[in-house]
Amino acid sequence: MMGFALEPRRQESRLANIAAPVIAVAATLIVGAILFTLLGHDGLAAVWHIFIAPLFNPYRWQDLLVKAAPLAMIATGLAIGFKANVWNIGGEGQYILGGLAGTGVALATLDMSGAWILPAMILGGIFGGMAYAAIPAFLKVKLGVNEILSSLMLNYVAIQLLYYLMRGPWKDPMGFNFPQTAMFSGDQTLPYVVPGTLIHLGVPIAAALALTAWGVMTRTVAGFQFRTVGAAPKAARFGGFSASSTVWLALLIGGGMAGLAGILEAAGPFGQMVPQFPTGYGYTAIIVAFLGRLNPLGILVASLVLALTYVGGESAQTVIGLPSAATGVFQALMLFFLLGVDILVRYRLVRLEPAKKTETAEVSAPKTGVARA
Amino acid sequence: MTPRLQLSGITKRFPGVVANEAVSFSVAPGEIHALLGENGAGKSTLVKIIYGVQKADEGTIAFDGQPVSIGSPKEARALGIGMVFQHFSLFEAMTVLENIALGMDHPPPRRELEAKVREVLKTYDLALDPHRDVHTLSVGERQRIEIVRALIQSPKLLIMDEPTSVLTPQEVEKLFTILRQLKREGCSILYISHKLHEIQALCDGATILRGGKVVGTCDPTRESPRSMAEMMIGGSLKDLSGKDNCVYGEERFAVSHLSAPGEPPFGTSLKDISFSVRSGEIFGIAGVAGNGQNELLSVLSGERSDDVDGSIRMDGRELTELGVGARRRAGLASVPEERNGHAAVPTMTLTDNAILSARGPKALASGGILRTGQARDYAKSVIDAFSVKAVGPQALAGSLSGGNLQKFIMGREIMTAPAVLVVSQPTWGVDAGAAGFIRQAMIDLVDKGASVVVVSQDLDELLELCDRLAVINEGRLSEAMDVEGISIDRIGLLMGGVHGETRGDQARESAA
Repeated sequence: MMGFALEPRRQESRLANIAAPVIAVAATLIVGAILFTLLGHDGLAAVWHIFIAPLFNPYRWQDLLVKAAPLAMIATGLAIGFKANVWNIGGEGQYILGGLAGTGVALATLDMSGAWILPAMILGGIFGGMAYAAIPAFLKVKLGVNEILSSLMLNYVAIQLLYYLMRGPWKDPMGFNFPQTAMFSGDQTLPYVVPGTLIHLGVPIAAALALTAWGVMTRTVAGFQFRTVGAAPKAARFGGFSASSTVWLALLIGGGMAGLAGILEAAGPFGQMVPQFPTGYGYTAIIVAFLGRLNPLGILVASLVLALTYVGGESAQTVIGLPSAATGVFQALMLFFLLGVDILVRYRLVRLEPAKKTETAEVSAPKTGVARA
Repeated sequence: MTPRLQLSGITKRFPGVVANEAVSFSVAPGEIHALLGENGAGKSTLVKIIYGVQKADEGTIAFDGQPVSIGSPKEARALGIGMVFQHFSLFEAMTVLENIALGMDHPPPRRELEAKVREVLKTYDLALDPHRDVHTLSVGERQRIEIVRALIQSPKLLIMDEPTSVLTPQEVEKLFTILRQLKREGCSILYISHKLHEIQALCDGATILRGGKVVGTCDPTRESPRSMAEMMIGGSLKDLSGKDNCVYGEERFAVSHLSAPGEPPFGTSLKDISFSVRSGEIFGIAGVAGNGQNELLSVLSGERSDDVDGSIRMDGRELTELGVGARRRAGLASVPEERNGHAAVPTMTLTDNAILSARGPKALASGGILRTGQARDYAKSVIDAFSVKAVGPQALAGSLSGGNLQKFIMGREIMTAPAVLVVSQPTWGVDAGAAGFIRQAMIDLVDKGASVVVVSQDLDELLELCDRLAVINEGRLSEAMDVEGISIDRIGLLMGGVHGETRGDQARESAA
């Protein structure tokens, strides 16, 4: 009898840690190609147009950066929480609230001018996201409410709030009754950092924040706190870290960064607030965080990969008529394989020896430690 | 006579380590056979193989002369092998009877089972109410459930893994009576323990394991505990030194009228605990597990501060309002019972684990920034000073053996030169050599004028180490007694819950 079994590793494999996301992406491409072929599309062309073609088109590179920036920003904030086992799934809602809060500042200052307006909007966005994330933090710390559920459900509340504001109080009076706000003024719009491209100030901000987060996680007591709380909550308490301060910090950082991403999107690519503002960045950022192994530097790379699915997904719609849902399918496949492959980080695949002809070796698989694959 | 159990050439390998190598021994019918060895000697793996939890890579097992293959605990029970584990697997919210039924492969109808249970209880003179909820029972009573679970299947071989570590001296005597009765009925017993005088009192034969191999057999009745310990460690034991010339100073650490709720769901609440420790003194807190020791330690260390009443003072300074970090900077160090996941983070390096608790006292962080260089140096100095076997400060805490990790943890706290060290189970599951080292380190610490509070279930350890001790039972602490000339019977009674003279009762009486 020949077979394979999973054996626990004595310590996490560094190689597997890096290989796992690569394997997951490769499996996504292969399975995605098969899946879309079975659905009657040209599967190989789908993979080509979503994942490969944009890379050969320099004009698409700026698109990649613009889409990757909010993903990286949200994912970095979420990853800090995930490290500490604070499962903030409300990135989408915090992103929307950040956008709304910043837009609120913009609408209040529409007739004014000055260089202070954009920073005020950005601060508004950060506080909006933080305030929204404070709700699950408060519920978790005071009442023990699971933050996964509360933060997730608040996403839908945020969307309804957005729709209400767009169709009611914030509707542009000069906007021919379209459900959207007035266009932001020049002082309210994010400047481009590379002239002649779409690359706005949010791109360098996202990169700088990821680098800062990396430094915070590896070099500061606060980062140590997040790592310890996630790895061993009792040991963290023994080390003098309070569980509730960790929950507060993690959610406020996650909310603040999602809120920042929100206002930068509103003040950048959108230039106003519209009902189509939420594009699922808050959810995709969860995949980015895991694909980047919860490491801010890995997240920068992962955000580009996921940005590719957005950019490529759009062009695949026009070029080969793939449905827009294809982007979501590829993203979901990626998370699925990522979580699946992750087992290789903690377990190793071993080939089972053919059973020996001794009394004890005929015994079936041991009950503990080893699972048959 | 055909041996009840015969092992020949049992070998079991795990990745990177050989747990058992060509182990052979036999147990006769009606024999109480001891399996002796330090932690990591391979005792647990061996009994797991016999009970079908693990599978041997090589070797054969014969039961009553017949070669057998034991693939699961179920098959082991079918053969007539019963086992009482060191850690109970009981559902606290269910009754005794329900727990017994859950442990059986084919439980009979309720009435029939109850009749059977009552019969076993009567035969072996065990006091246990089948309808009580488990969470209301003492540890000794819980162990009786496990014993009934095993006995109800009328085993021919009973395996007992460290059964007395949670019992009072009186309960130990009671257990031995039951085991001797089983022996008379022809049941063989494989008895695992590190308490050598118990083995001497109970066992007919002993097999000694070291590093996974059988290094000897002996007749415990002809050996002394010391000679058996030396066979176990393969060297001579060192005596503790320096305890005699210590000088008691001022009162250093004083706890008065400390009360706190128990840890949910079934923890023990602390009730009006008072004691004080002088400089240069080691104060012991004896007691059976689950009587509030964990609660006391977390309240003293500052890990729990909700709903805590009373005061904790060190050198006259009130600590009650301070958090964990502030208490540590003030000079109060602590070591909880659980090493992995409480005193240390297994998935982090020793350097990070040094930062965990020593970052305040040893300034391993400043202005919120970690000083990793200093932390690495500190971890290195702990490794050197406490002869921790590890590849270096970059080793993961989880990769160290229990004894080495405990040496690292104790070293990490002791080398911060605390004024007061509060420690729970300092040598739990630690081999004799490391245990001696750790005890010596505590003695050296008090020699320098510090105070040490040791919470332990190992009475022998407390008697060897402490100057005074008190007994904790159901969250109440007895009055302190000088260890010199102490009565073991009296400690046993206090551990078992006869608190005629405890402060709590006096307080209640005076309040009434």
